[in-house]
Amino acid sequence: MKRDYTLDIRHLTRVEGHANISISVKNGELVDARWAVVETPRFFEVMVKGLSAERVPFLTSRICGICSISHALASIRALERAMKIAPPNAAEKIRLLAMHGETLQSHALHLFFLVVPDFTGTASILPLIHSHPDLIKAGLLLKELGNEISTVSAGRCTHPVSLVVGGLSKAPEKQQLLQLRTMIEERKPALETACSFFHTLAIPDFQRETEFISLCNGSSYPSIGGDLISTDGVKRNENDYLLMTNEYTHDFSTSKFTRLSRESSAAGALARFNNNCNLLHPKAKEVAESFALQPVCHNPFMNNIAQLIECVHILEDAEELINVLLNMELHEIKTPYVPKAGSATGAVEAPRGILYHHLETNEEGKVVQADCIIPTTQNNANIHNDLKAITKQALKDGKNDREIEKLCEMVVRSYDPCISCSVH
Amino acid sequence: MKLKIASFDFTCCEGCQLQLANGESTLTDFLELLDIRNFRELSSEQYNDYDIALIEGSISRQDEIERLQAIRQQAKTLVAFGTCACFGGVNSLKNKFPLNETLAEVYPEMPVETLLVRKISEVVKVDFSIPGCPVNKEEVERIMVCLATGSLVTLPKHPVCVECKARLNTCLFELGEICLGPITRAGCNAVCTTGKTPCLGCRGPSEEINMPAFVELIRERKLSLDDLQEKIAFYNAFGEFCSHEA
Repeated sequence: MKRDYTLDIRHLTRVEGHANISISVKNGELVDARWAVVETPRFFEVMVKGLSAERVPFLTSRICGICSISHALASIRALERAMKIAPPNAAEKIRLLAMHGETLQSHALHLFFLVVPDFTGTASILPLIHSHPDLIKAGLLLKELGNEISTVSAGRCTHPVSLVVGGLSKAPEKQQLLQLRTMIEERKPALETACSFFHTLAIPDFQRETEFISLCNGSSYPSIGGDLISTDGVKRNENDYLLMTNEYTHDFSTSKFTRLSRESSAAGALARFNNNCNLLHPKAKEVAESFALQPVCHNPFMNNIAQLIECVHILEDAEELINVLLNMELHEIKTPYVPKAGSATGAVEAPRGILYHHLETNEEGKVVQADCIIPTTQNNANIHNDLKAITKQALKDGKNDREIEKLCEMVVRSYDPCISCSVH
Repeated sequence: MKLKIASFDFTCCEGCQLQLANGESTLTDFLELLDIRNFRELSSEQYNDYDIALIEGSISRQDEIERLQAIRQQAKTLVAFGTCACFGGVNSLKNKFPLNETLAEVYPEMPVETLLVRKISEVVKVDFSIPGCPVNKEEVERIMVCLATGSLVTLPKHPVCVECKARLNTCLFELGEICLGPITRAGCNAVCTTGKTPCLGCRGPSEEINMPAFVELIRERKLSLDDLQEKIAFYNAFGEFCSHEA
């Protein structure tokens, strides 16, 4: 059918931040598809200049209300590497636990509050409180667990208080860790409920070949630091992040774009899975198998399933981390340091993908230069290209206007974009 | 009757809105209080017949001013929600630098619009402020219940110090740190100082603070006045004291 069609979504709902989708079809042919971020920039890279190193993570955590722990730890890692500070082993383990909590909270928020309504045909999670009480209860139990893990390990879930340069300002009490372990055990059935529900969903059949980028350390599923790798075979040192990102701008978007070997690439749960799935906990591998998810998967909608699989990994790994911490002395938690001049990159796997902070300090330990590259920035070009490809496929399949609109919204949501974060 | 409420975000991290979806154990009861008319982050249904508007973030672009003015026209009660809305927040640190240099550094290749950061009350009338970076969900719940039942809405008048003492924490001044707990409004349950991190004053000044005496205390203890200045300016929450001659 030779039809004309225009889609103009201003401020897409059920995503974090402000962005627009526009699609234009003439005579049955795609003319343009665009992903335009219109969020107000905040200029953190300027704001951080002149600030003392110890204050920096408290500022950069405010880049994002969902992944504040990742931002704090990316800055802390950059500063510790720049000033040659080695945090104590116990602090490193507690930081990993904090990352687990944040990722669980973020994935649960995305899957239950933002994604599920697309599959149930509701405008939000609110009607599901009555129509799907067990599912929503499970989602809230998991989200609360994520927040509790972060609160115990970092002092607060949004904008952490005890993650500091050199280690931690305060360690959790063993009693709190014991309670947390019990809470994790008790909430595993909630995750089973979630998995059963996601098995019933018809994930859209759409593929577009792309390059997936993530951290890799060879011994554990990636979280804090490591090499930068891609499914196209690129491998680089953490400090060479600029060669991995090659940032550029489009004047219709306040969020920047990146590329590596192809015209676009992807970061996030699916990228981590595609590069590191052999390092997942066996129980998470079982769940991946049950969804027939195998590397390299090029269906962006499977990012939702990859997030669910990561939740399984997190519950198991957090439990193991707690067991290790319970057998450790938690008194030595901060390495004293003298501020010095230096520069380094701190890369972490934020819930939505690889996050880079590059910081340069002077002899007083004050920041003189900063650069932050956000996961969503690294997904913008891929979202942009997916919108074109999925519209073309939908036209070929004879989908109606409303169906095309819904598919476009859903493919964007599958990336879990953190838009205000990307316009930092 | 349920509160017809809307939530809007401007220049911010959206962390305060996110708190509305936290506190999971009481979340479904909390949501029963509310008739959510407009909340883009949470729902695709958007209506413009709300009574209460929660405003998160500060203002730093012309289109934000226009959007905020339209919300003010609709809302019976406009709430500055979180530290960025109440005081400008960390975003205000941008105002230390010339705008043209800031733009040239971050967007050298394209035109981008940005204004000096303003708090909400510098643009429209604010009926009530809930400070915090982020807001404290328990306090938000308490205030929403007050609004729903028509009771008087208040914030604690005393400083964070009082809450910190009640939690039996070692005073950070005793550990050689400058902490803004003695001059900052309580209501956070001293969450930062309990994590052994000094208070940076995100909730703004408590009632009747004595700033000269506080500065004198810093001097007596031979602590760094530069450090005090960096802390006071962090959230832009101490008005004229932010540029206090240290």
